[in-house]
Amino acid sequence: MNPGMTAGLTSAVNAGMTPVGTPWFFYVLAGLAVASGVAVITRRNAVHSALALIVTLLAVAGLYLMLYAPFVAGVQIIVYAGGIMVLFLFVIMLVNIDRSSKERQFNRIWPVGLAAACALLALFVSTIAKGKALFPDRLMTLPESSNTQQIATMLYGEAGKMGQYTFAFEIASLLLLVAILGAVIMTKKKI
Amino acid sequence: MVPITTLHYLVVAAALFVLGVIGVLTRRNVVIVLMSIELILNAVNLNLVAFSRMWGNLHGQVFAIFITVDAAAEAAVGLGILISFFRNKETINVDEIDLLKW
Repeated sequence: MNPGMTAGLTSAVNAGMTPVGTPWFFYVLAGLAVASGVAVITRRNAVHSALALIVTLLAVAGLYLMLYAPFVAGVQIIVYAGGIMVLFLFVIMLVNIDRSSKERQFNRIWPVGLAAACALLALFVSTIAKGKALFPDRLMTLPESSNTQQIATMLYGEAGKMGQYTFAFEIASLLLLVAILGAVIMTKKKI
Repeated sequence: MVPITTLHYLVVAAALFVLGVIGVLTRRNVVIVLMSIELILNAVNLNLVAFSRMWGNLHGQVFAIFITVDAAAEAAVGLGILISFFRNKETINVDEIDLLKW
């Protein structure tokens, strides 16, 4: 066992919890996320794509749990998989898609898009390969029980002391209000 | 087995990002393009949470929450645009939404 794994296990055992089978969980969740991602962009039926995206979101929520981020995992499941994807499914059912599932699925210039995406992938691979030495070997385990409380302090706390994101939180709620107004006005038949 | 480091999560996030980019650039169905944009945002979120774990503080997670909120607003507005356009022209293919073309 190299130092990274030993340090992680030691501090985790000291904290009272021992992560077991971590590589297995990671590979299963990551493989599920990427396989569902491929299904999202290749399915002919849009409902199949939406369901595959839900599987991707749940797999990514599992990855967040592995990264000691239970609150973000909960937000992901509730907001993304439970809110946004239901909205997508409603719109798919409103818009008549049966006709479009029999037509041509990909653009006429899809090789250009694929080449651009491959160039982007090459850029990512070169960045990760070049910067591999910059990442630390041992990772400390974040405490899981006070995660929500710490995030709440950062979001709602007093602006000077501990709440660094209070103003951003208020702006985010304003953004949601504007989005709701925009969506309602845009879909009205007579303004 | 190799212990799972931050790099593993970055590779998964990069793969999801590239899949989302392929979906945006090559699909004709507008709803699937919007879903590929959600894939891209999720890849960015995974990146942020992985780095938050690496540095040991929670700034990345709070940023990920804000990006999720922003993705919800953007999905709502994008789908509203799609519905009002569909009411006009009865199509959801990006090829046929070309009223502003020269």
